[in-house]
Amino acid sequence: MNNYLLIPFLPLAAFVINILFGRRYLKENAHWVSILAVAGSWVLAVMTLTGMLAGKPIINQDLYSWMVSGNFKVSVGFLIDQLTAVMLVVVTTCSTLIHVYSVGYMHGDKGYYRFFAYLSLFTFSMLMLVMANNFLQLYFGWEAVGLCSYFLIGYYFDKKSASDAGKKAFIVNRFGDFGFGLGVIMIFLTFGTIYYEPVFAQAGGLASQTVNFLGYDVHLMTLIALLLFCGAIGKSAQMPLHVWLPDAMEGPTPVSALIHAATMVTAGVFLVARCSPLFSLSETALIVVALTGAITSLFAATIGLVQNDIKRIIAYSTISQLGYMFLAAGVGAYSAGVFHLYTHAFFKALLFLCAGSVMHAMSGELNLQKMGGLKKYMPVTYWTMLIASLSIAGVPGLAGFFSKDEILWLAYAGASPVGRFVWVIGTVVAFLTAFYSFRLIFLTFHGKFRGTHEQEHHLHESPKAMTIPLILLCGGAIASGWVGIPHLLGGGAHFTEFLKPVLGHPEANATHAEEWMVMAISIIAGLSGIGLAALFYLVKTDIPVKLAQQFSAVHKILFNKYYVDELYSFLIVRPAIWTAKNILINITDTKIIEAVVNGIPKSIGAFSGQLRKIQTGFLQHYAAIMATGILIIIAVMLLR
Amino acid sequence: MVPLNWYLMLSAAVFAIGVLGFLIRRNIIIIFISIELMLNAVNISLVAFSHYLQDLRGQILVFFVITVAAAEAAIGLAIIIALFRNKDTVHVDEMNEMKG
Repeated sequence: MNNYLLIPFLPLAAFVINILFGRRYLKENAHWVSILAVAGSWVLAVMTLTGMLAGKPIINQDLYSWMVSGNFKVSVGFLIDQLTAVMLVVVTTCSTLIHVYSVGYMHGDKGYYRFFAYLSLFTFSMLMLVMANNFLQLYFGWEAVGLCSYFLIGYYFDKKSASDAGKKAFIVNRFGDFGFGLGVIMIFLTFGTIYYEPVFAQAGGLASQTVNFLGYDVHLMTLIALLLFCGAIGKSAQMPLHVWLPDAMEGPTPVSALIHAATMVTAGVFLVARCSPLFSLSETALIVVALTGAITSLFAATIGLVQNDIKRIIAYSTISQLGYMFLAAGVGAYSAGVFHLYTHAFFKALLFLCAGSVMHAMSGELNLQKMGGLKKYMPVTYWTMLIASLSIAGVPGLAGFFSKDEILWLAYAGASPVGRFVWVIGTVVAFLTAFYSFRLIFLTFHGKFRGTHEQEHHLHESPKAMTIPLILLCGGAIASGWVGIPHLLGGGAHFTEFLKPVLGHPEANATHAEEWMVMAISIIAGLSGIGLAALFYLVKTDIPVKLAQQFSAVHKILFNKYYVDELYSFLIVRPAIWTAKNILINITDTKIIEAVVNGIPKSIGAFSGQLRKIQTGFLQHYAAIMATGILIIIAVMLLR
Repeated sequence: MVPLNWYLMLSAAVFAIGVLGFLIRRNIIIIFISIELMLNAVNISLVAFSHYLQDLRGQILVFFVITVAAAEAAIGLAIIIALFRNKDTVHVDEMNEMKG
């Protein structure tokens, strides 16, 4: 049964059909091809997962030889284990629903076919990424999703901010991917192969080996893990490479939901989980992962508190939640990280799609301060977004609660030396997350409408193609966590158990009482965040303004996102542009390259100018030269 | 019996006259005649060697040279007439169109 091969190749076929025939023939019907293909993938992915649950064996198969050079052999191959099966379902579910949503959202756009072509290409790339059985194919998928992300962020390419944002995303990702590429090379140098299976099998034996890197002796595994983690930092928008994700919101909202919330940005978490056998061998690397995740989640959550752009708040929320997943991976709870990835995909995609629905009603308005009172105009959007926010805030019973609680509990009780520290940060972030999520809800849907009169007149609920995916995703945001209800609450923790063969599970060495305490604290943090948001934005709406005035310095720093963009502009962008202008253009280009390129023909011209002087056109001059030559030859022969 | 050297000296002298005439004179007909002189100087040495070595192949070669020279003279004179019709002169200083 090679059914699983169709999972990535159906979307690829849809891409090819759309890009070739979309413009002329399919036009307004382009979505059918893509939706059918992705829905087909979804059915097969669900079949794969259920097969896996029923105990079918892991598939690890090479399809065909990609390249062979000496002892470097790579095939296009597929590995389908428990982790891949979960990722397949997450990716295809979100992708299918978002394809459907896009039918309503992108209706009437002149690049309709192009949008669906890219969306399908992205789905293909993402599926190749999660299904790879070697690092090079992973890298291929990794770069291909980055490329699709670039295409789709810059989808409205005639808008300068959008094309700039696309470039920014691509360039920032270069930094991370450089490290990732080095990591793959290091793996090949160390193991002589880049297939997962032999690499992970041999890794244990090399745990204590050190290698000289830039003059320092470092543990080989630490080096490899950290290099791979560089790629994850870039793709998953962690500190310090997070700057591209908020700007990526320039893309159409379905893109933000699919690529920049549910799937692509979680590739970093997937990478860490996939390479867990390598990461687990290096305590240093795990601490770095945990701290990066924790600091990023706190940092992004604080920025989210004061932003006014509805999509950017959700983008910072995404960065923050991705930080949570890394935090989980860093304390060794890979399966908890993947669990959060899985639940997050539903409620965050839902939040973005709701934001898209709001934008649709507001004719593209993004500023929260100009919204308000939308509840009565768009009830479906309101209720689904409310449930998504409750889920992300960690209200008991909803998906986000179980995954977040799992992470916090394992951070608290796990063996990681920084576990308690990141647990504190995680709890604070849970509070902040609840606060800014509900700030968004209250400012958007409650109170009085603050926009213009025309906007108010235009307000309406979105079409069925958009609301139905919202309702379905809402089901995910409520129920997707139920597969991982912890033993403490009488559940079976099936999710963690299912992934145990791939990711293992850390020992929690603490009592039940402590587990109850951790859970209670996270619930209190979430509920008090919601309560505080209600107080600030429903009851006493003058408090936020007063606070902003009183702590204007703090507010300014947060509002300007800690000035990270400005810092990069000062440290990297402007020096780069200065170098380009003053050194590369004025010196390298004009003085070296152009000098060489123009100098060669010029010198040839000058030389031939001299040479042509002896070509006088007089027959007798030629004859004289000939005769002289003959005389010289004879003289040489005689005198020798 | 005239010794070989004399023939060769004659041949060399005629050849040298031909070369000098070719290089120095400006009338294209004289130049043309100089070429004939050079050819015939070669013929002299060929015949002299043929006789000296008692080998007839040298004289056979001379016939070839004479034949080629005749053909060349016919074509050369035709070219000169064509040139003269175009330029109204046989002075080579005015024929410098072969410049690169």
